[in-house]
Amino acid sequence: MAFVFILFPLLMAALAAALPSNRLRPWLLPVTGVGHFALTVFTLAHPELTTTAAWLVLDPPGRLILLEVSLLYVCCSFYATGYLRNRNERPNRIFCVCLMTFLSVMSLVMWAHHLGLMWVAIEATTLVTAPLIFFNHTQHSIEATWKYMLVGSVGIALALLGTFFLAYAALHTGLEASLTLEDLLKNAPHLSKPWLHAAFVLLLVGYGTKMGLAPMHTWKPDAYGEAPAVVGAILAGGVTSCAFLALLRSYHVCMAAGEGAYVSRLLLFMGLLSMAVASLFMVGQRDFKRMLAYSSIEHMGILVLGLGIGAPALFGTLLHVMTNGLTKGVLFLSAGNIHRAFGSKNTEQVSGAMRRLPLSGTLFLVGFLAITGSPPFGPFVSEFSILNGAFDAGRMVTGGIFLFLLLVVFIGMGATVLKVVQGRPSFEARKTPYRDSFLTGAPIVCLMLLVLLIGLYIPEPMMRLVRDAVLFLEGQP
Amino acid sequence: MTNLLNILLVVVLMLNLFALGTSRIISVVRAVSIQGSLLGLFPLLLHEHLSWAVILTIIPAIFLKGAVIPWMMIRALRDVKIKREVEPLIGLQPTVILGALGTVFALLFADQLPLASQHTGALVVPAAIATVLTGFILLITRFKALTQVMGYLVLENGIFIFGTLLVEAMPLVVEMGVLLDLFVAIFVTCIIVNQINRAFSSLDTRRLVSLKE
Repeated sequence: MAFVFILFPLLMAALAAALPSNRLRPWLLPVTGVGHFALTVFTLAHPELTTTAAWLVLDPPGRLILLEVSLLYVCCSFYATGYLRNRNERPNRIFCVCLMTFLSVMSLVMWAHHLGLMWVAIEATTLVTAPLIFFNHTQHSIEATWKYMLVGSVGIALALLGTFFLAYAALHTGLEASLTLEDLLKNAPHLSKPWLHAAFVLLLVGYGTKMGLAPMHTWKPDAYGEAPAVVGAILAGGVTSCAFLALLRSYHVCMAAGEGAYVSRLLLFMGLLSMAVASLFMVGQRDFKRMLAYSSIEHMGILVLGLGIGAPALFGTLLHVMTNGLTKGVLFLSAGNIHRAFGSKNTEQVSGAMRRLPLSGTLFLVGFLAITGSPPFGPFVSEFSILNGAFDAGRMVTGGIFLFLLLVVFIGMGATVLKVVQGRPSFEARKTPYRDSFLTGAPIVCLMLLVLLIGLYIPEPMMRLVRDAVLFLEGQP
Repeated sequence: MTNLLNILLVVVLMLNLFALGTSRIISVVRAVSIQGSLLGLFPLLLHEHLSWAVILTIIPAIFLKGAVIPWMMIRALRDVKIKREVEPLIGLQPTVILGALGTVFALLFADQLPLASQHTGALVVPAAIATVLTGFILLITRFKALTQVMGYLVLENGIFIFGTLLVEAMPLVVEMGVLLDLFVAIFVTCIIVNQINRAFSSLDTRRLVSLKE
């Protein structure tokens, strides 16, 4: 089954490369997205299909994140079709091919049960997204792509070194060096501690760079700010989730080795630091796409913080991967519409989005309320659950700082968002021909409804996925 | 075998210092490609019995690092018409000294590491650490986009040296995947380097500063 997940988008990418028509080619994106989503649902309903080989297993955390990525991708693929129709003047062959290959390598990340293979897949996500960030070919986008490639590649190279250290930790105590997750978890109590510690630090720095944890986040505002909105959405909801899954694997091995206290100190520190840095830069932020990048840094911080708190917050953390990813989709896609209508992403030029684009403006505002953890949306449930976990684990100070930083982010982000949506649009902005359309509106509405649904009532199958993942991470199959 | 391996590793370390000490970018490219091909030979020395899997990893690795990547780099250099790294962050001689100090540090540090008994005699771990450090020095002190790419390749070489201790842990598919990623990474970077040159009429990454708070 794993091969179907990997080869189907690749096949569609080959088809997109061969198709000469710039107008028809984008329609292959929704075909890929819907096909992948159908495959995902089918596989999740048939658990016997989730083992292809020792290296390719779709375990419970992988299933949950695969569902998240697939849901986000299917909505983004329809939006991308609408977006590319507006950008028909630009050749979109490379864009479509890369976007489809991207889905293939993300699926490989979910399936990979060999940490070396997982590294290969995550590095590949960097490579296929670089041309996507570069789509506009402006000086700014070149600069953003260069920083993304350089910081991302160096960071991810450190993760490879960390992966090697993990294998050496087994070799050192006379075990066979193996990087399959099963072997690592089985041998975890016997791994050499100094090498395991060093490995975890390198993996945290490496995959943390890919997630965009502070202080390795410098590429993120540039890349998210300059990339087309649909790419930003998939980067913020897909790539970061992939990197988080990789970090989750390292965390799992360390927990199985009984190194919970060591790992949790590092994770708590990185989590709170990322939240603090993000909240500082979000206050007074004028560029609303860069603001979304800082929001992504903040939420990666929340995920890592949740892992650091440990077992009581695991449920919330895993649910947060889902809620954050979908809400980021709403925010980036609606921000993209506003950006196109106003021809600017700076709050000095953009105001009155609610009047100019009633649908996108409203969704942007509601998405902001959702992502900052206001009820009744999904992120409220997951963030509340993490907070509850912090207090349950007796980490009162951590919980307190977490709440305080959420408040700072709410105020900082709120100021920027309100400037964008309120007021009157300028005369020039009213003259641009861009309007909300079905293709660029409906996918955002779908994502928003999903976020609302998770906030009101978590559907039983999703609940089971999250619970299974928690049990898997706690060591009970 | 360990003796021969150590001699090769000393050559690798000398190439590190050479790459740090030259201002001609093409010399850096050559040094790094020789280093890469030497590293490609390592699995031959580390395995008592040669299997097809080992040979299958060696050939593409040497071909990629010794021929394809330098060819792409030299072509990119010709396209952008630059030859030298002028005004690095710190002068060339201080960087060489820094690199030498890094190597000494790596040797001392590796002594402190808890190594498996079969690895204590060889220079593999200190050479890996020294090469990774060299890669970072190049990345930090040089400003031409192409030299920074070379820094990344040296960093990758360092990690590769460490990886030779763990051939059993990395199956053929994964080795090939790593090489493919490296190839695509260099390919994409060369395109971006070309675009930087076209858009900014320079390869100086200090000009890439318009995106900030």
